[in-house]
Amino acid sequence: MPAMRQPTVTTFPASARAMPSRFDWMALLLVIGLLVFFAESSRGLLGSLANLSQEPISLDPSHLPEYAARTTLRMLAALALSLLFTFTYATWAAKSRRAGRVLIPLLDVLQSVPILGFISVTVVFFLSLAPGRVLGAEFAAVFAIFTSQAWNMAFSFYQSLRTVPTELQEAARSFGLSPWARFWRLEVPFGMPALVWNMMMSMSGGWFFVVAAEAISVGHTTITLPGMGAYIATAIAAQDLRAVAYAILTMLAVILLYDQLLFRPLVASTDRFRFEQEPGTPMPNSWVLEALTRSPLMVASYRRIRFAMRNVANLVKRPAMLPAVALPTDYPRRLDWVGTAVLAVLLAVSAVQAGRFLLPHINLAEIAHVVGLGLLTGLRVLLLIGIATLVWVPIGVVVGLRPRLARVVQPAAQFLAAFPANLLFPLAVYAIVRWRLNADVWLSPLMILGTQWYILFNVIAGASSIPAEMRHVTRNLGVRGWLWWRRFALPAVFPFYVTGALTASGGSWNAAIVAEVASWGSETVHATGLGSYIADATTEGDFHRIVLGVVVMAGFVIGVNRLLWRRLYALAERKFRMT
Amino acid sequence: MNAAADHALELLLEVEHVAKSFPRGDGGDLQVLEDVNLALREGEIVGLLGRSGSGKSTLLRLVAGLAQPSGGEVRFRGQRVQGPVPGIAMVFQSFALFPWLTVQENVIIGLEAQKLPREEIDRRAEAAIELIGLSGFEAAYPRELSGGMRQRVGFARALVVHPKILLMDEPFSALDVLTAETLRGDFLELWAEGQMPLGAVLLVTHNIEEAVQMCDRICVFGSNPGHILAEIPVTIPRPRDRLDPTFRALVERIYVEMTAQAMRPGPARAELFPGTGIGTILPRVSSNLLSGLMETVAGPPFNGRADLPVIAHSLQLEIDDLFPVAETLQMLRFAEVAGGDIRLTEAGIAFANASLDDRKLSFKRHLLAYMPLAGHVQRVLEERGSHRAPKSRFLDELEDYMTPEAAEQTLRALISLARYAEAFVYDDDAGAFTLAEAA
Repeated sequence: MPAMRQPTVTTFPASARAMPSRFDWMALLLVIGLLVFFAESSRGLLGSLANLSQEPISLDPSHLPEYAARTTLRMLAALALSLLFTFTYATWAAKSRRAGRVLIPLLDVLQSVPILGFISVTVVFFLSLAPGRVLGAEFAAVFAIFTSQAWNMAFSFYQSLRTVPTELQEAARSFGLSPWARFWRLEVPFGMPALVWNMMMSMSGGWFFVVAAEAISVGHTTITLPGMGAYIATAIAAQDLRAVAYAILTMLAVILLYDQLLFRPLVASTDRFRFEQEPGTPMPNSWVLEALTRSPLMVASYRRIRFAMRNVANLVKRPAMLPAVALPTDYPRRLDWVGTAVLAVLLAVSAVQAGRFLLPHINLAEIAHVVGLGLLTGLRVLLLIGIATLVWVPIGVVVGLRPRLARVVQPAAQFLAAFPANLLFPLAVYAIVRWRLNADVWLSPLMILGTQWYILFNVIAGASSIPAEMRHVTRNLGVRGWLWWRRFALPAVFPFYVTGALTASGGSWNAAIVAEVASWGSETVHATGLGSYIADATTEGDFHRIVLGVVVMAGFVIGVNRLLWRRLYALAERKFRMT
Repeated sequence: MNAAADHALELLLEVEHVAKSFPRGDGGDLQVLEDVNLALREGEIVGLLGRSGSGKSTLLRLVAGLAQPSGGEVRFRGQRVQGPVPGIAMVFQSFALFPWLTVQENVIIGLEAQKLPREEIDRRAEAAIELIGLSGFEAAYPRELSGGMRQRVGFARALVVHPKILLMDEPFSALDVLTAETLRGDFLELWAEGQMPLGAVLLVTHNIEEAVQMCDRICVFGSNPGHILAEIPVTIPRPRDRLDPTFRALVERIYVEMTAQAMRPGPARAELFPGTGIGTILPRVSSNLLSGLMETVAGPPFNGRADLPVIAHSLQLEIDDLFPVAETLQMLRFAEVAGGDIRLTEAGIAFANASLDDRKLSFKRHLLAYMPLAGHVQRVLEERGSHRAPKSRFLDELEDYMTPEAAEQTLRALISLARYAEAFVYDDDAGAFTLAEAA
């Protein structure tokens, strides 16, 4: 150690570091925890379904950690799948204009299909993939979660790919980056911040459906996968209020952990990829990320892994001396014609298949009936969104304009949006049965229980992003009261409100399937609507009616999106954006 | 203007012993303004001139009633200002127009707030729009307008309420040079003709020439905490010509005034913390500007000594850009700044004439020897076995002397200088300093 030159320095502790730093220990623990977690939760995947039914779900709270771990692993698997889907599907759609013309509308339809509809229709298929094994049921559950996560992630990534600045693309091309390198070095980092945000949103939705997907019963096939959803279902069947409370607490903990261990580090580490940094916005931070990046041990091993990966990448890279093969940017016309023809054939086959599947079993009267039910459910959704708007927009504005309050309420609202509201449904059933309430009215609020928070936290975000000088203008000119709301606050948060309401509306349609039929033990409460129609058809295993209900619901969602939300969104973009 | 006439004009605004502080994260207070006194009479344009962060915009917000002073008081026509006052309107640097309202709707919002009858609103709006040169644009949305036209809307919105005092917060600084010049000219013309329904103007600016061109009086602001250094009357007859020798002489005088105070922070602060001197807030400057300024001053026609206004003009730098560079050079003892001049030291001249490698060596030597914080970081790194220290360690230390934001800025400035000097290394991913490898 060099001699100290100035005595004043000794007032600051200088320590020699031979021992691993505390970040090393933290990082090591995190990694070990992760490994154990995977090993523990994937046990029994290859077991047989017969074993599963012999080992019924136990309501003993000591099993909760295991169940929570299994549920979380399903979520992770689905998230990985969604990422894979995003990187391929969205990239294809963005790179080929012709493919995009089909793929993007397809994505739009897919995201309108009610997720629980996917479960009912696909579970048998997945079970047949691994006959008699738990794996098949796991596939079905993971696929259901996947369908709740993938679409908006793909949309977001597609959007990013389409908006990579031309100069960055030109730079990448002029330095001779291969398409593969360009993808990982430019396009993925560029799209990352938006993608991570969408992953978080997807995850919020996912918790809702994982609870539903673990206790699948389609007609005579009833499968209960060990996990939080199954635990809840069992608790409801057994009318065990205490077990429900345990489950709720566990879910709270799991979501918190997920946020701290996965998303915060992700958000903090992808923040640097943001193309335009507004000065003055604080960098998001995360203690997990700090532990991982400040531990010399982790940094060294990370470098080694990266080095190894680059070597592997070099193997597939073309030799540097060879000129880049000019990839055709678009296919020749002939191929285009072929593509159109293939598409036409596919459409025709689908139409014939659908007709053959549905027509013999379903008459016009049934269709009219289902559309009527759809209108009823749609009315509920709109009414509830309206009520939530009246309640949450003023509150969101007031909170958003107070930074200190917003810092507390905003994450809380986001958390509530992630919490699977279906855990609370039994309480509503209990109340309805107890006081003999009208189910058609009182089951409805359940649809918006989990989704109203999207409105709140978006409005808060909007109000807190209003520039200070604009607020000063209103104060300086004495703009107050209704004039203040009409001319200033409401227009200012409008684009954010539309985003929130759009998400809430979509979520509520999805929730209708579980919200319009809810049960507590042997008591089952029914509301008349499209959601209960699909739910009933699922219980009876009536695939024709399931498909009809799902198709009609998807039609409604697409219709409402096109007629209402898209237009509002375009209006917001055109007229109300701040910049 | 003689003294008798002066007294006949109404005293519109009095600022007496005003102080303002903001609570700091650690529980202490950050003093932004200290004992500010100011008076504004009917018919005057008074300028608040100072560098960014000197608290002049804060003072403007206190006058507008958008914030409350923590000491002293602001009086408008004898009444204490305790919130927004109807007779005071404001024009903002960022224009602050509502994007969802048309030009017309933006302009009338203040009149709507006063609940005036419709005909009165329309009449006044038409007059203001006509006066400010916006006729024909009534139905346009702000995003359809150029920056200059947007700020015209900002002016119309403020003037339409017939304020006694117009507050202008750097109203031209977000515009390009030509547009700013046109808008200033139009404003002064209307002012000279007495066409504006307006008593007096309080203008915040960091542009010395703008202040001299527009104001009857200029209050020069000093920083840390903000206070009025000098009050300089401008008696040059209007319209004023920038090339007029009296105009140039006044600009020069204000430079001297501002450099006299601004260039002393290093030693003055170091005395407060004997032995370390690390409590000085460092401005962020680019190393290109540092070497560029030294080269320019070393070369002809300056030959080692230059007038700051002349240099500012020839390098197209505003004082907010130029002063931090000059200060940093002074701190590193490459230059001395006094009396509105900058003079290179021997080391500075040698630097300007040296090769790139020699420049770096000399810069590193000066950085470690004369910038206390740089020396401190280097010593800490040398003492540690790992030759590595997290950024947070130094941040914590700096926060004993300054706000967290200032500490962050200071450390960032140091990192930029150290990178140029190749003195020590900072890894942004890990948030840690390491000792440079011995080359």
